[in-house]
Amino acid sequence: MSAAGCSLFCSLADDEREFGMADYEAARPRWCAGCGDLAVLTSMQRLLAEEQLAPERTVFVSGIGCSSRFPHYMKTYGFHGLHGRALPVATGIKLHRPELEVFVVMGDGDCISIGAGHWVHATRYNMDMVALMLDNEVYGLTKNQSSPTTPAGYATNTQPYGTYLPAMNPVEATLGITNASFVAQTAEWIPPHLYATLKAAYQHDGFAFVRILQRCPKFTGDLFQQYIQSPDMVELLEHEAGVETPALHAIYKNRRRHDPGDIDAARRLAEMDDVVRLGIFFRDESFPRYEETRSLPSFTAEERISILNEEFDRYAV
Amino acid sequence: MVTESPPLTKESPSEPSEASRNIHRTGQHTVEVVSDSGEGAQKCGQIFGTVCAKMGNGVWTVEIIPAEIEPPARLPAGASGNRIRIGTGPVTNWGDRTNLMVAFNEQVLLARHRLDALEEGAVVLLEDKWATHDDEEIRDEWKAVMEELSAFSYRIIEVPMEERCLTVVEDPRRGKNMFALGMLAWLYDLDLELVKDQIAHAFRRKSEEVYGRNVQLLELGVDWARENLDFRIEVPREPTEQDMIVMNGNQAIALGAIAAGMELAAMYPITPATSVSHHLGEVFERFGGVVHQAEDEIAAAGVAIGASYAGKVAFTITSGPGMALKTEFLGLAVMTETPLVVVNVQRGGPSTGLPTKVEQSDLLAAIFGQPGDAPHVVLAPATIEGCFHSMITARRIAETLRTVVIVLTDANLATGVQPFARPELDPAWQAPPPDLSPAPEGTRPYEWDPRTGLSRRFIPGQPGGMFTMTGLAHDELSQVAYSSDTNQRAASMRSRKVAVFQGTLKPPKVYGDASGGLLVVGWGSTRGAIEEAVDRARAEGLSVSSLHLTFLSPLEPGIREIFSRFKKVMTVEINYSDDPDAPYITEENRRRGQLAWLLRAHTLVDVGCWTRVLGEPLRPGVIQRVMRANTTEGGTS
Ligand SMILES: Cc1ncc(C[n+]2csc(CCOP(=O)(O)OP(=O)(O)O)c2C)c(N)n1
Ligand code: SF4
Ligand SMILES: [Mg+2]
Repeated sequence: MSAAGCSLFCSLADDEREFGMADYEAARPRWCAGCGDLAVLTSMQRLLAEEQLAPERTVFVSGIGCSSRFPHYMKTYGFHGLHGRALPVATGIKLHRPELEVFVVMGDGDCISIGAGHWVHATRYNMDMVALMLDNEVYGLTKNQSSPTTPAGYATNTQPYGTYLPAMNPVEATLGITNASFVAQTAEWIPPHLYATLKAAYQHDGFAFVRILQRCPKFTGDLFQQYIQSPDMVELLEHEAGVETPALHAIYKNRRRHDPGDIDAARRLAEMDDVVRLGIFFRDESFPRYEETRSLPSFTAEERISILNEEFDRYAV
Repeated sequence: MVTESPPLTKESPSEPSEASRNIHRTGQHTVEVVSDSGEGAQKCGQIFGTVCAKMGNGVWTVEIIPAEIEPPARLPAGASGNRIRIGTGPVTNWGDRTNLMVAFNEQVLLARHRLDALEEGAVVLLEDKWATHDDEEIRDEWKAVMEELSAFSYRIIEVPMEERCLTVVEDPRRGKNMFALGMLAWLYDLDLELVKDQIAHAFRRKSEEVYGRNVQLLELGVDWARENLDFRIEVPREPTEQDMIVMNGNQAIALGAIAAGMELAAMYPITPATSVSHHLGEVFERFGGVVHQAEDEIAAAGVAIGASYAGKVAFTITSGPGMALKTEFLGLAVMTETPLVVVNVQRGGPSTGLPTKVEQSDLLAAIFGQPGDAPHVVLAPATIEGCFHSMITARRIAETLRTVVIVLTDANLATGVQPFARPELDPAWQAPPPDLSPAPEGTRPYEWDPRTGLSRRFIPGQPGGMFTMTGLAHDELSQVAYSSDTNQRAASMRSRKVAVFQGTLKPPKVYGDASGGLLVVGWGSTRGAIEEAVDRARAEGLSVSSLHLTFLSPLEPGIREIFSRFKKVMTVEINYSDDPDAPYITEENRRRGQLAWLLRAHTLVDVGCWTRVLGEPLRPGVIQRVMRANTTEGGTS
């Protein structure tokens, strides 16, 4: 997101203020010990402090799920809505108040199962906001049911003999949506990468979709262990136009230079399932943004009345 | 009515002399223009209605709509057009039957006849080309229809519409409607300049040439009628001093939303609600307003809630099936106390039902359709003018109470055209720009006044108001409820504000005597028909009054007391109820009309009901018969 120009909605007085991470902390998180959501929260608070976002002009919107408790733990405006429906609410906020900084936090079920229609269309609207999908590859809040990203064969409470269907690939799917302008993947257990990705997402002008692989020690504790234990199963996509994390090079030897402007390469890389790829797959700021396409001047009550009177003339008897 | 005209069954007119021409004067007259879909009868009917209104007649127009966009030609099911009822003084409903019809083929005439749409002795101006069509099958169909209709006293006048139109256009399907308009213009002595203005407006997106051709066709129609018809109809006009405007209910909703200062309408196309977004789409941007066509009705509700949360109250508009999809979001708006206006232009249901037809079957769903206890406001305008003002009222209530306001209209209001007094626009109707002043120290997001349940909302941008609104049960700080009494308290606060609001409402006014035999209770678009029936019943000497409710939830005060003044109370509604004498139906298992259900629960009065789901507005004559049956026999219904 870019810092939008000051409209009649913003006050200028706060330019003097300085925000530290603590200024973005609200209620104490109630996630399970070791839950990956916490790392995302911390990284986000660091980002907001770094970017000096005014808490009152920042809104976190979420759906329902463990991950969707996120806004409660941020000292910003927040809207914790319905399962699957965070994106429409965020769309309404951004459409009416484009100068606000909007972040959306969803779970995997939230975003690409019940909210699948909204995920596709929000991508297409390409409004300037950050959309995080915290993907623990399971339904956490409702206690261990298969989600669209649960690996085939993985046992859950609803599919105890193993999940029946092959897992969806959210990165590949998002890259297929018209107007998708920023698609990235990161993992919460690699904080430098997480932070760099969130930062790039925030700085992107348009809809920044980030899938964050997220550990759920409660239900899918084993799922991401292999990537943690063998960093070779991870490939970092690096580029000066994407993210670069030299601090990680000592551990993550498996790296690929990928130009995020190359959509064909992005799709190819997203499709291959040999390793887990982290980085920015695609980014292009030239796509139309819905809130800009629909942007309009505002009018006073009197101005509206005079236009409405003209309109009435058309219906006059 | 044209009762004075000779009851000929069929004729090919020869030119009448001026002296032999009858002028039928009547206080009200009902006209229909029906064609195959795509032949433009609706445009003809709309222009006719608008010009009548402009010239000082009371007018009510309804659309006759087939289920498909372009059904096969010459099928009774494809009949498409308008009924226009005009009168001296206000016309409040579509009336009983048609006195004069222009029919583009005999099949659509037959369709209307079979729906009992034609008055005895009605005049029918019928395209004659089918009688002598090359196709023998068509000639036979024509004959069969003429035979079927010969048992009735219609006066069918054959008109060479196509033959005449061919002198101007190649495709008469694209021109007959203006020819028909010309005939009507002559018959009802319309000001041709006004008619031409309306044609210009109707074809404003087309070329000058298209306009010119349509005017030529109009004039052909006028000439033919002048040369061939031996009667004219005069419905005396009363041009008012007052400035009037004329529009349909969906246009009124759109303009009402603008007058209320709303800036965002979120919708997904669904008949009969969609045209609100068409009207709004044309003009809203001039007011800084956005019509957002969402990916579905759920998203539309979510977008409206997001916009409301972030600033001015937004609205979403839909019909039954879309309403069903929005219910979870409505509960969320109630729970988070986010103001929201929802317009439900009701159609026939359940499921896809009767997409283009009128019904009042969403009342209980509107009030109770949200799982969990979700107190909110439901109101229903009864007139086109009411549609306009309901948006202003709804916006204000939603903001003041921080809750959902559902406006129930229906297909009858949506497409009904009626003139009304031009509103004197008031800036106070509009939402003020959001207040972004800092929230006071120690502020809570649900600072419920314990007496009223009301609280102030904070809008992103206000320093100090940073809280997370949540659909989970919560306390005043919007923290998720973990203690046992938190939910009880919050639920009572959300409910109390609705009670406080109810205390500000005035008791409804009884139409007719304040006490007596039968009280008929209605809601929504049936008002005009019910009140006309009351007038006629009273003229017959029956002791009948009526009561029309605008607020359905909460109900207006004093209803029980009003009921106590009548021997019998019953509702008349356009929704389903079991007929009391149908097989298996008992007092115990009978499913009643929706308002009856509500009133019985609310007042403990034995409220009866008479309801129908015929896919058409109620006819005053039919309601009058119901009144007769329920006053003379005194039986319950
Ligand atoms: C309409 C609706 N259906 C179902 C639920 C129950 N529900 C709550 S959260 C959830 C799934 C959560 O999984 P996910 O979105 O992956 O989030 P996580 O808890 O894993 O972060 C479900 C099914 C609900 N709240 N609302
Ligand atoms: S269940 Fe899993 S996702 Fe939910 S809080 Fe616990 S660890 Fe986190
Ligand atoms: Mg999950």
